[in-house]
Amino acid sequence: MAEAQDLEARFQARIDNEERIEPKDWMPDAYRKTLIRQISQHAHSEVIGMQPEGTWITRAPSLKRKTILLSKVQDEGGHGLYLYSAAETLGASREEMIAALHGERAKYSSIFNYPALTWADIGAIGWLVDSAAIINQIPLQRCSYGPYARAMVRICKEESFHQRQGYDIMVSLATGTPEQKAMAQDALNRWWWPSVQMFGPPDDASTHSARSMAWKIKRYSNDELRQKFIDQAVEQAKILGLEVPDPDLEWDEASGHYRTGAIDWDEFNRVVAGDGPCNRERLETHRRVHEDGAWVREAVAAYAEKQAARQAQQVAREANAGEAEQSRRVSRGREL
Amino acid sequence: MSLLDAVVGLADDALVLGHRLSEWCGRAPFLEEDLAIANTALDLLGRARTLYGYAETLGGRNEDEYAFLRDAPEFRNLLIYELPGDDFAAACARQFLVDVFDDLYLTELAASRDETLAELGAKCAKESTWHRRHSGEWLNRLGDGTAESHERMQRALEGVWGYHLELFETGPGETRLVASGVLPDRGALERRWSAAVHEAIRSATLDVPSNGRRVAGGRAGEHTEHLGIMLAEMQQLPRACPGANW
Repeated sequence: MAEAQDLEARFQARIDNEERIEPKDWMPDAYRKTLIRQISQHAHSEVIGMQPEGTWITRAPSLKRKTILLSKVQDEGGHGLYLYSAAETLGASREEMIAALHGERAKYSSIFNYPALTWADIGAIGWLVDSAAIINQIPLQRCSYGPYARAMVRICKEESFHQRQGYDIMVSLATGTPEQKAMAQDALNRWWWPSVQMFGPPDDASTHSARSMAWKIKRYSNDELRQKFIDQAVEQAKILGLEVPDPDLEWDEASGHYRTGAIDWDEFNRVVAGDGPCNRERLETHRRVHEDGAWVREAVAAYAEKQAARQAQQVAREANAGEAEQSRRVSRGREL
Repeated sequence: MSLLDAVVGLADDALVLGHRLSEWCGRAPFLEEDLAIANTALDLLGRARTLYGYAETLGGRNEDEYAFLRDAPEFRNLLIYELPGDDFAAACARQFLVDVFDDLYLTELAASRDETLAELGAKCAKESTWHRRHSGEWLNRLGDGTAESHERMQRALEGVWGYHLELFETGPGETRLVASGVLPDRGALERRWSAAVHEAIRSATLDVPSNGRRVAGGRAGEHTEHLGIMLAEMQQLPRACPGANW
């Protein structure tokens, strides 16, 4: 008992001292569980996030845009991979994590339950959703858990390229034909509030926050990060000549921040609970792809097993041949 | 056939297959393979863009006009590239057959008397060597994996067999370009292709499908129905908004 308290105290002292916790270090169970939950959900978000944008790869309106979008969605798959690997260092297997997603025990970012209806949505997702993701993730580069923090360094670099490509699409639409401009405004109308909600519930309603702050998994509150996003995005919308869909939005001179109207948390909760426009489809698509690929994964495993057996046989044959050679030499030596 | 037509034909091959592979994004049997397929798709799209760019300097249209504003009969890709390949075994079977071909063809193209094509051949041959290694691994894993994967892969090979013969055909106007050392002689590659492909199929414990079937017509614009459906999706947006910049 005293020993456990001692371990925990030393663990917290290391965190307070800004030391990184590494996979083989002692850590409280709750810390491990919190991280597995957060990292696996982050990984699922990257992978599920491939769906709304992926649907436009085959419809991108120019070869340049098609190439950029495909490599962007590929990056997201890569992020999913680093993150699953980071979670694996805590003892979770990828199969278990995917099963938790399919069993609806693990969530993914609720933003991806909204549809990408037009090409402008690809711009809006890159601009707003990736901006929000970067703002969320920059502090995670200093997360107390080493593998997660290091994955974040790499991911943040790529996300900033994603954000730029999204904004670049918005610029081309906002300065394009009247139809293109209308498309851009419509996308902003639909993605604005869900993006604002990406930072999670307001601080007074956030369940996991306090402990994650103490463990330095989290460094800023949901509302602080949200404010940063709003201040930045409102200015960017102005440059685009688009209107943020919030009649109550105003500049607050005293604090130096924009103040939004009331955020519709009922809508957020409804979508998180499963009733967004695409919740069923996102999960169903992931399940179907996983099931469709089962025979391939089985073949990969069977082939690897056969190869390993062949190699073992080969090694045994060589060893036998070596022994035979050795005994031939020995007996020849005796004859001499 | 002029050099311009030949370049557009090669560009169409790369675009159509690159697009087919891009359809796999987010649908592969596991995440690592998703990334690998996207890599190959990106290589092919890059190849198509370089070739369309060259076509433009030869007096042709720009890359997006070629990709988005032509109807199926104006496309000049070989048929093997436009087959759907929406089943993983079918995608792997087609990919292996064309990767072996591209590897051989592009290596020869690197010696073209046309500097631009030679440069492209040298760069892309390296990519195709990698693609060939990757699709060759799939041939082995699926052929020599489980009973189910073996059967699926065998069926996939039968499904694509016969479309490959078009790869070795020299078009009517192409003869002159071949004779002058601008383009490789496709027909001359068939023996090496067959040797490599047959050996790989057998070593994956599969059977080489019997010859006898032959489907061709792509270079003359005679396509399967699959291409039109693919283009309907691909071209919808630029055609809905003529004159817009994206």
